Amino acid sequence: MRWIFVDRFLTLEKGRYAKAVKNVSMGEEHLHDHFPSYPVMPNSLIIEALAQTGGLLAGHAFDFKEKVILAKIEKAEFFRMVTPGDQMILEATLVENREEGCKVIGEVSVNGVRVASATLMFVNLSTNQAKGLQPENFVFTKEFLALLGVTRLNGSWQVNGARSSSEAKPAL
Amino acid sequence: MADKDEIFGKVKECLVEALGVEEDDVKAEASLTGDLGAESIDFLDIVFRLEKAFNIKIPRGDLFPENILASPEFVKDGKLTPQGVAELKRRMPHADLSGFEQNPNVAELPNLFTVNMIVKYVEEKVKSPSASK
Repeated sequence: MRWIFVDRFLTLEKGRYAKAVKNVSMGEEHLHDHFPSYPVMPNSLIIEALAQTGGLLAGHAFDFKEKVILAKIEKAEFFRMVTPGDQMILEATLVENREEGCKVIGEVSVNGVRVASATLMFVNLSTNQAKGLQPENFVFTKEFLALLGVTRLNGSWQVNGARSSSEAKPAL
Repeated sequence: MADKDEIFGKVKECLVEALGVEEDDVKAEASLTGDLGAESIDFLDIVFRLEKAFNIKIPRGDLFPENILASPEFVKDGKLTPQGVAELKRRMPHADLSGFEQNPNVAELPNLFTVNMIVKYVEEKVKSPSASK
């Protein structure tokens, strides 16, 4: 089983910006215990959702050939609680990117209100560094990309239903 | 032209933010891993911050060389061979190798990555941004 904390990508601008949606539901078992009779989306999982949004953005920049791993959470701030029924809008902006790794600034909002922000660093486990690891890309598996609605069309990666224009700009 | 104190101040700021250490701990002779607790991902973070702070480009392996230890020609019995030391000197002209040369123990290699090494590197870089080694 693999936890997926993104429901749909809305925008994916290669090497620049991604915007995704995560609907928080009482159907998620962890909310039953966090906390009993007072369900709150755990902040660690909000970071995970941002990391999946930013990680896919980072992977897309190198056509999903790299194994992109979350390596450092530089700064994370949480402003409000996220509860079942909320729709989180996850925005990731690639601010640094090179072959070794990248830095992403993430913003999370619910109904236009800022609930969290984090700066994340990802490392690219290139074939060199990943000796002894399985050769196939265990990060961007077909299942993961399919779940996120990313498919390969005409030789390039696309996100189904997402706007490919720069219509949605991050507020920086 | 930025002077050494100014460069040191900015390097210190980068390290405080990248490593979450106290300003007072960032001394010229402090080693990044041993004294300041840097891990591998932090080196990339430091590179990103230095590039921004000084408006310079730092190519991969230029400030923190990679793969020297992977070559059997350069390492023997846990020590750098004379060829290895020569290679290290070529790749790290900004590091002080005087002590290391006497006993080029591989385990001592991380101690060469000091705050002062970064300051020297940036000094050269700011002086001649296009200079390649």
